[in-house]
Formats: sequence, C-alpha cells, structure tokens
Amino acid sequence: MTDLRLEQEEIEISKKDKLTKYKEKGLKIFFLLNGILAIIVLAGIFYLLLSEGLPTFEEVSIREFFTSFRWNPTSRNPGYGILSLVISTLAVTIGALLFSVPVGIAAAAYLAEVARPKEREILKPVIEILASIPSVVIGFLGIVLLGPIIARTFGLSNGLNVINGSILLGVMALPTIISISEDAISAVPKEYKEASLALGTNRWHTLVKVTIPAALSGITAAIMLGMGRAIGETMAVLMATGNAPAVPRSIFSSIRTMTATIAIELGEVPFNTTHYHSLFAIGAVLFVMTFLVNLVSDLVLHKYGEGE
Amino acid sequence: MLQNSKEKIVIKDLNFFYNDFQALKNIDLKVPAEKITALIGPSGCGKSTFLRTLNRMNDLIDCTKVKGEVLIDGHNIYQKGLDVVELRKQIGMVFQDPNPFPKSIYDNVAYGPKAHGIKNKEVLDQIVEDSLKAAALWDEVKDRLDKSAMDISGGQQQRLCIARALAVNPDILLMDEPTSALDPIATAKIEELIKDLKEDYTIVIVTHSMQQAARVSDYTAFFLLGEVIEHGPTEKIFERPADERTEDYITGRFG
Repeated sequence: MTDLRLEQEEIEISKKDKLTKYKEKGLKIFFLLNGILAIIVLAGIFYLLLSEGLPTFEEVSIREFFTSFRWNPTSRNPGYGILSLVISTLAVTIGALLFSVPVGIAAAAYLAEVARPKEREILKPVIEILASIPSVVIGFLGIVLLGPIIARTFGLSNGLNVINGSILLGVMALPTIISISEDAISAVPKEYKEASLALGTNRWHTLVKVTIPAALSGITAAIMLGMGRAIGETMAVLMATGNAPAVPRSIFSSIRTMTATIAIELGEVPFNTTHYHSLFAIGAVLFVMTFLVNLVSDLVLHKYGEGE
Repeated sequence: MLQNSKEKIVIKDLNFFYNDFQALKNIDLKVPAEKITALIGPSGCGKSTFLRTLNRMNDLIDCTKVKGEVLIDGHNIYQKGLDVVELRKQIGMVFQDPNPFPKSIYDNVAYGPKAHGIKNKEVLDQIVEDSLKAAALWDEVKDRLDKSAMDISGGQQQRLCIARALAVNPDILLMDEPTSALDPIATAKIEELIKDLKEDYTIVIVTHSMQQAARVSDYTAFFLLGEVIEHGPTEKIFERPADERTEDYITGRFG
C-alpha cells in the first residue's frame, strides 16, 4: 500500500519537475533570443555602414581619407580627408571632459558624502532632469547665450567655436557622470570610511584617499559613458561650433565635428555618389571610435572590479 | 576596587540618545591603564554604542546626543572646540568585520602615518614592519607587502587592521567584537595578540562571548539595557557576581 502511494507521489513529482524544466528551458531560449537580437541589430548597423561606406575607396584612396585635412566634397577638385573632422571631434570631446570630469566628480562626492538627505532628495532628480533637455535646446543656448558671452569675454568676432561646443557637451555629459559616480561613491562600504576616520584623518582626506579610489571603477565607467555621449552628440555641437571643416588652431577656432558633417550633408547629397558613400565611411569611423571607448571602459571595469 | 592601577579613561554620568531613544543611561566607569577591559552583555545592550563614544565615532551618526563626560588622561573629550581628528589619532579602533582598505598590505599600514605627514620612505618602512610585527603578521606577509589586502584570509585581515591601528601609535585600542567574524583558530591568534598588546596599550574590547571576556580581560563590565549593571575584576564578575542579573547572564539564563 504505502509503497504504491509513494510510487505515485514520485511520478507526480517527476511530472512537475519536467514541467518546471520545460518552463525554464523556454525562458532561457526567450532571453537568449533577445540577447541575440541586440547583437544582430549591432552587426546589421555595422554592415550597413561598411557596405555603404566602402565604395568611397573606389575613388578616394584610404590614405587620403585618413590623413588629408581637406574636406571639401562639393568642390570641382573634391577633397575627402576626414582628419580635420576627427581632430575637431576629439578636441570638443576632450574639452568637454576637462570641464565635466572634475565638476562631475566633485558634485557626485558632495551628493554622496556631504549633502544632507533632504538636499540630495532635491538635487539628484534635478540633475537627472538636466539629462532630458533636448540637445537642440542646449545648442540654442550655445548660440544665443554662451556664444556672445565668449565673444565678449575674449574679444572675438564670433563665439561659435571649440570652447563653446566643449562647454555645451560638458553640460550634457554632466548628468551621466554625476549620477553614475554618485552611485559608485555611495556604494563604498561605510566600514572603509569609519576605518579611515578612526585613524585620525579628516573627512576630506578620507574622501580623496579612500572613498574615491574605492569607487574608481564606477567613476571610470561614468566618465567613459559621458565621453561616449560627447563623441556621438550632434545637434548641440553642430549649432555652437561655427560649422567650419578645418583643423582647430586654438580653442577659439570654429570647427565642424564628424557628426555635424554627416547631419548637415546627408540631407542634400546626391544618392550613390562618392560624397554619399564617404559620409557613411565617416559614420563607420565614428562607430569604431565609440566602440573602442566602450571596450576600454569595459576592460578598466573588469580590471578594477577584480581588485575589490 | 581599582586602586592599584592608574585610570586611563574615566566616564562620568554618560547618557547617549539616538533621537528620543536613550541608548546609554548614567554610565559611570573607570578604565585602568594598560589593562584589558571587556564589555559584555546581550545584543542591543549599548556596549558597542558605549565603545564608540570613547573616540566619538558616534558623531558620524545624525540625530544623536551625548550628555556627561568622558575623561581621557583627565581631559574631557566632549568639551567644546576639541579637535576630534587629533583625539582619534590617540585612540585606535578595530571593527567587527575585518575592513582593510582595497589597497596593498603595505599601503594599509602606512595609511595612517602618511595621513599624519610622515613622508620619509625609510621611516614608513620601519613603521610598517614594526606594526606588522606587533600584530603578529609580519612573518606571514613580509614577502608580499605589495599584494592586495583583500587576498589574505579573514584572520590575517583582522590582524592587518590591528597593525593599521597600531601604526599611528595610539595609547588606547578599542575593539568592537574583533573576532565575531573569524574561525576558532584565527580567534585564538587574535586573543593571544590582544594579551601581548596590553603591555603597551589600554584596551577596551566589546565581546559577544563570555568565554572570551574570561580568557583575555582583566576587568569586565556587564551592560544591560543601556546601563552598567556591574563592573570589576574579571575573576570576581565571573565567580562571585554581586548582582543577580549578572549571574543570570553569565550562567546562561538569558542572552
């Protein structure tokens, strides 16, 4: 009797087990497909950029494309060198980071370590709202507000230049940098801080020597994400940097970034011409640049992540 | 009771509040110099809170209030205008869970002296070596001082934390359940170390284990619901407690 009942129970349990197994398998496949979809989209974009961009090199030599400073596809003697565009993009990106990294980390440290809970409750959402301002609005502010101020301060005829674009991009990268750095600093165990304070160090020393180093991987990720944002940003830099495809000679030069070039020219370029293909080639180069930034930040995260 | 030894810390009518909750009530206690004083009592009795009033670590918590006096070498550490940072240089602290910084073993020990302005490499090397030796860790780590402190065992980490505290040359060592996260062998090592350290330091140790208090301490204070119920030489507390509640706790009737 009892044996029989036990057997029946066992059969029921194994049925249930099978059901759970199928369910789990199904879920696994579902998530796998989603993951694969993201990869397919990514690969598709890269394929598109390459297939549309590569025909450029039927007429333009690879050497000219990467090493010439002259970008002038509509001239009678067209130039397809993107070097000045790349340098311009790097210039505003580095300028933006020079401004937004110190300010962003300081703000994050203030929010995480100094601000009272009430101040944080107000400040953090406000900073995150900053991220949702459309970039065209920021570009607009660059033209009507920041441009004239820069022109007046430095006695220039025109305030639309590298420094204007850098400041705007910096402002746009700030919310990302502050928000993610703040999370990283807040996540540092309070035991580290207590140990440091108990050794007779002040709060400032503890912050600089213990808390921020312990949060470094998160802060690095924040900076890289901010940088990714700055490299890829189009509208604000298009409006605020003066639209001149030339190598910047100083921070007061007008320039044009890679993104701005694509945005301006793609709408008017005749289909399937070398000019058309070259814009896709620029896109591919940009893609590789942001990919490298993300890759480096990933490597940094892993390296520091293991140490903790 | 304590006539024979010098008093290092004297606590007079100390009260401590978290918001409206009174965590410590009218504490009067004398901690003799260069002896080990153990604080025992059930969880939530205020022994850790009390320990943290001795180097003002409770200042870091919002909405707390202190009334009364804590005299160290005759000076009230709660007087106005006192430099808390200076105070904490004098008092080392070891925490419940080993909490080395995510830095190298060397940098952990050198952290305090560096913060206090010692830059000379040879002086720092000597301090690191002396501190690690004093914490009975030198032989185990001398060949890998530049390795991360996160890679050594929990017991070694705790001894590293003791070395780190010793490196700033304090007079007093506060220990907040320093072995509660460790296995018996590591615990025995730390207890041995604590006994050696009392020659040079005044030690106050909070412990969850009565056996530990009996093994290592010279004096014991029994805390209950924020009050000191009884305080005296460890032998007396464990063998002839004066208060019924102390006896009940020690014999394991509650805890």
